[in-house]
Amino acid sequence: MLALIVVVPMLGAAVAALLPPGRLPWLLATAVSWFMLYAAAVLAAQSMDLGVLSYWMGGWQPPIGIEYRLDPANALVALLVSLLAAVVLPYAGRSLASEVPEEKSPYLYAAVLLFLAGQMGIAVTGDAFNVFVFLEISSLATYTLIGLGRDRRALTASFSYLIMGTVGATFFLIGVGLLYAMTGTLNMADLAARIPEVAETRTVHTAFAFIVVGVCLKLALFPLHLWLPNAYTYAPSAVTALMAATATKVAIYVLIRFIYTVFGPDFAFGDMPTVYLLVPLAVVGLLSTSVVAIGQSNIKRMLAYSSVAQIGYMVLGIGMATTAGLTAALLHVFNHALMKGALFMALGCIALRFGTTQLDGFRGLGRRMPFTMAAFVVGGLSLIGVPLTVGFISKWYLVSAAIELGWWPIVAVIIVGSLLAVIYIWRVVETAYLQSADDETRCEAPLSMLVPTWVLIGATIWFGIDTRVTVGLAERAAAMLTGAAP
Amino acid sequence: MSFFEHYNYHLAIVLAMIGLYTMISRTNLVKKVAGLNIFQVSVFILFISLGVIEDGTVPILSPDHEVYSNPLPHVLILTAIVVGVATTAVALALVVRIREAYGTVEEDRVHEQDDAL
Repeated sequence: MLALIVVVPMLGAAVAALLPPGRLPWLLATAVSWFMLYAAAVLAAQSMDLGVLSYWMGGWQPPIGIEYRLDPANALVALLVSLLAAVVLPYAGRSLASEVPEEKSPYLYAAVLLFLAGQMGIAVTGDAFNVFVFLEISSLATYTLIGLGRDRRALTASFSYLIMGTVGATFFLIGVGLLYAMTGTLNMADLAARIPEVAETRTVHTAFAFIVVGVCLKLALFPLHLWLPNAYTYAPSAVTALMAATATKVAIYVLIRFIYTVFGPDFAFGDMPTVYLLVPLAVVGLLSTSVVAIGQSNIKRMLAYSSVAQIGYMVLGIGMATTAGLTAALLHVFNHALMKGALFMALGCIALRFGTTQLDGFRGLGRRMPFTMAAFVVGGLSLIGVPLTVGFISKWYLVSAAIELGWWPIVAVIIVGSLLAVIYIWRVVETAYLQSADDETRCEAPLSMLVPTWVLIGATIWFGIDTRVTVGLAERAAAMLTGAAP
Repeated sequence: MSFFEHYNYHLAIVLAMIGLYTMISRTNLVKKVAGLNIFQVSVFILFISLGVIEDGTVPILSPDHEVYSNPLPHVLILTAIVVGVATTAVALALVVRIREAYGTVEEDRVHEQDDAL
């Protein structure tokens, strides 16, 4: 099962590329994503019971062979990726059909499936070099998907993402190479056991620096986020929803995995100045990009900047170097994926009807597309962190973690960040509900797109009220990663 | 250990810097791809030279030899080369599409056209 969750989408991609253009590739991709959700749910349940699941590729025993390894931390990520895929793909059929020419559909869905295979591969692998390979598989698929956007600026956005993304991945590769030179192993558990012996060497310090910078490029930590706004703005709507919800989140997971499991918190926060690097960048990033988001006239771009700001919250949680901070970061990874996915899907509904996501086009939308705008408002409230939504839960945990450390300025920053979110969400709400349009006819999005959007919105409210599953998994994962519990 | 003992690493660093500098300083998109390639190749050299063992031979079992080079970095780089080729292919395909859409492969001209809209 642990291997199938990666192999099935990969084979599916090859099959999808051979299918005739039309609805078939989409049906196949949707079926595969549902299988992934089922498999991830079964695996997550098993990992809750057994702790760690391990699969040896080709029957070779690790550390010689490649190991796939699932513990509560990756179970959460695997669940997240497959859940978002299973919700976005049914929606994508209609949305992508209107934005991408039909004859490209086999390759389009092949790229989507490869992207999912890569993301899932990163989530379950226990091998450092394997992370690089899967990172590149999913990145290459993303470059293609962004390039399919209707606007010609999608091409330049995709190209600059390709350059920056490849530099990031190659930095990561250099880091892995240096680690291999010092320890002679690539298995993560084995690396973790052998690094303390050589931790005082400059090679390991350099390796750590390369890996952190490389992964931060991928997860778009300020000031390495320059590729993200254009890429999100010009990619097809469903692709943006999928990317915003999963790609940066999986990169955050890689950062957590390397800081906490491979290098260990003692090395990462004791020997290396990680806290002084991550926390200020996260703070500056979340404030400055929130301010930039307020000034955007294209709502898709506004949400893209808001994504960079939200990544700031997650990195802040990681930088706190406590179990509580890490719990908050993991929770925010999951919760932000739900709400940002839903927000971008609502925007996709608007793009389907009007072909644009400029703020001017939102006039009177509260009456013209009531269900889509209602979804947008709930998602926006969650972004701000209003109680009864998931956004509140993760910000609550983040603020408590900051108070526990006595970091009062950070608490203030989190609250200011939320207030800035109020401003940029309010601009949209005001235009949509309080300004009237020339044309008042109803033009609600089709059900095939509304239902998936509302499923995610429902999830943001459900997990905002019933937090047992998400908080339980996040707490167990954080406790295991920081070594507080076996 | 003398300075020249580690000439393979120095070479990798020099190549990496040439590649990075090309990527940053050139506005021609094809030259950027070339810079990216040089940068990646420098990492391949770093990896391959890690596997070298003094007096070691090709890692194929034979009764005449006892010391072999470490084959694992070679295998890793074989994978990384494939990844690099795929990246270059996608990058060049994008450049072709950019040329079709804008009629130029110079980054500043592309931005001029976008700003003019």
